Amino acid sequence: MMATAATVDPMLPQPYSVRQVVKETSDTFTLTLEPPALEPSSGVYRNRFQPGQFSMLWVFGVGELPISISGDPAARDRLVYTVRSVGQATQTLVSCEVGDAVGVRGPFGTGWPMQQAQGRDVIVIAGGIGLAPLRPVIYEVLHNREKYGRLVILYGARSPHDLLYRRELTAWARQRETQVLATVDYGGLNWHGNVGVVTTLFKYVRLQPTRSLAFACGPEIMMRFVARDLETNGLARENIYLSMERNMKCALGFCGHCQYGPHFICKDGPIFSYDRMRPLLEKYEL
Amino acid sequence: MATRTPALLTLEQIERLVLLLHGRGYQVVGPTVRDGAIVYDVVEKLSDLPVGWTDEQEAGRYRLRRRNDEALFGYVVGPQSWKKYLHPAEVRLLTAERSGHTFRILNNEPAPPRRAFLGVRACELAAIAVQDRVLQGDRYGDPIYAARREGIFIVAVNCTQAAPTCFCTSMGTGPRVRGAFELSLTELVGLGKHEFVVEAGSDAGAEVLAELAPAQAVASQATCQEAEAAVERAASQIQRRLDTTGIRDLLYSNFDHPRWDNVAQRCLTCANCTMVCPTCFCTTVEDVSDVTGTHAERWRKWDSCFTQNFSYIHGGSVRSSAKSRYRQWMTHKLASWIDQFGSSGCVGCGRCITWCPVGIDITEEVRAIRESPASSSQVRKESSHGNP
Ligand SMILES: Cc1cc2nc3c(=O)[nH]c(=O)nc-3n(C[C@H](O)[C@H](O)[C@H](O)COP(=O)(O)OP(=O)(O)OC[C@H]3O[C@@H](n4cnc5c(N)ncnc54)[C@H](O)[C@@H]3O)c2cc1C
Ligand code: SF4
Ligand code: SF4
Repeated sequence: MMATAATVDPMLPQPYSVRQVVKETSDTFTLTLEPPALEPSSGVYRNRFQPGQFSMLWVFGVGELPISISGDPAARDRLVYTVRSVGQATQTLVSCEVGDAVGVRGPFGTGWPMQQAQGRDVIVIAGGIGLAPLRPVIYEVLHNREKYGRLVILYGARSPHDLLYRRELTAWARQRETQVLATVDYGGLNWHGNVGVVTTLFKYVRLQPTRSLAFACGPEIMMRFVARDLETNGLARENIYLSMERNMKCALGFCGHCQYGPHFICKDGPIFSYDRMRPLLEKYEL
Repeated sequence: MATRTPALLTLEQIERLVLLLHGRGYQVVGPTVRDGAIVYDVVEKLSDLPVGWTDEQEAGRYRLRRRNDEALFGYVVGPQSWKKYLHPAEVRLLTAERSGHTFRILNNEPAPPRRAFLGVRACELAAIAVQDRVLQGDRYGDPIYAARREGIFIVAVNCTQAAPTCFCTSMGTGPRVRGAFELSLTELVGLGKHEFVVEAGSDAGAEVLAELAPAQAVASQATCQEAEAAVERAASQIQRRLDTTGIRDLLYSNFDHPRWDNVAQRCLTCANCTMVCPTCFCTTVEDVSDVTGTHAERWRKWDSCFTQNFSYIHGGSVRSSAKSRYRQWMTHKLASWIDQFGSSGCVGCGRCITWCPVGIDITEEVRAIRESPASSSQVRKESSHGNP
């Protein structure tokens, strides 16, 4: 216990400093964090992460939260997070200014199976803030275009104003072998895109079910429908991956909060294949 | 390593054992009487132990009563367990100071004292092994637990009597101590004699035992048989049973059993059962900061799956009904624990039965489900699942 702060103890946050804050929507901000000058050599605190992993972000004196890493896995000098303000801790987090310190632990959890995705079409399906843990997948595929098949991004949000990364969505749509489709629940007058839940986009996609991998993140109810429809469209359950969400206090498997049946979402997940999740998703209040 | 033949100690030598452990730098902790219950606390001398006391336990009931002898260990387990020391109810995770825009983590917690546990029962030894697997046997190790666990000197005690709430025999954990201990004692009291059969379970134990210079370095065969019979007597007193055959699949396949609604009508979701359970490990973290906002602390505290907040995610709690919370607790304890950590999470100590204000009995709840499984799917026969 006498070790200097955070070199070995996975429970102690490292102070990172806020380099940039970008407003994405009325309630969602993207924060870029820089590691402290002297980075400890312990593997846990490197900025390397796999797409889909998350950190525990500590707001001084307020609380600590699981937040997915939403940045480019190739950019090792920073960690990027997209945070939606829904309560006290996230509100304080999005109010950070450049130069403020945020405590970081991690990265934690399993990533999206990028290895398995090589040579296949990658179908990314996101609802709301669920696009954040999927953005690193998109960067990874676009940086290593030759390794993967087609990239399909299906994205649903409440309204056009709630779409994250709007400029990037447009830019991604212009890349070769990339299809980007967005849908909203309430369109308004200036929206010419699709209206309806994200599964209504499937009919516009040329799916190659036997050579695709699908990654979905969003509200649980959305993922349930997405997985069911993907299966109907011919994807095998083990080729569908979901990112699950539960209350978390430690991210190390000690606090017990994130249990989901036999799984600890923090260390066995948050990303699981649908064949493992399906029997559990059927259970109300599990 | 010294041979592990049982020796015999006198009452005075047990007194000396405590002093000897002090001399070796241990803080000795063990059972003491406080507020009408036997709880664990610092033991300075033999008379700090519950000398001549016993306990009466039933579902929802606990009483202390005088014995008609001066036994040191003539009772079973009380409301506390050794997790009080190894996995404390409240512990500071960190202190931080803000300086300008940034902050510093001051990780200057003093090292916990080196402790000797006096009077660890078989089920409790099994419970420590369960928490070892949870808190230091998996992907990450909990440094707070590790710092308290390392170098513990365990003086175990074989039970020579059982409470009506005990069911260690069902869970394969007792009443005879097994596993890692330094010394184990079997108390023989009555008819003008008071002595202890002692066995060393480790080199450290053997060393201390040698220093004690036992009354008999090798206990006589008659004495050993007497000790054996005393433990057998405890085993035969045990009435409660929990049939662990195929229990994981039994509970997994009875997620919708009507019994969960039935128990939910009785359960107060008070969380007592999780506080007294020696294996329950869940915690929450609370942040505190001073008025100036320059000093912050994070405290880890025991939490319970019976609270509404436990499963809160933005928008509401995943388990909002009492039914789902009792089901989570019992299914975790007896079924998912096996998947997670390779053993049952229950050691059969009976605390949750005794300390439940409405007397809910885990063995009874399992029986009710087993006797009328809701699911038609046949529960696969598999070997029983107690502790390894
Ligand atoms: C693996 C994972 C990744 C996540 N990634 C992101 C992300 O990239 N961007 C983002 O905006 N949000 C993300 N979340 C959700 C985010 O953690 C919650 O929105 C946040 O904890 C809410 O905290 P609060 O104090 O502001 O809200 P309140 O509603 O006031 O919550 C109070 C407390 O409850 C707990 N809590 C509440 N909601 C959640 C939740 N959904 N998950 C876990 N604990 C919760 C937290 O301890 C929180 O401090 C993620 C959650 C998980 C489990
Ligand atoms: S569940 Fe009950 S009987 Fe089993 S170990 Fe916990 S307190 Fe003891
Ligand atoms: S089972 Fe008993 S002790 Fe446990 S929460 Fe319910 S009422 Fe409280």
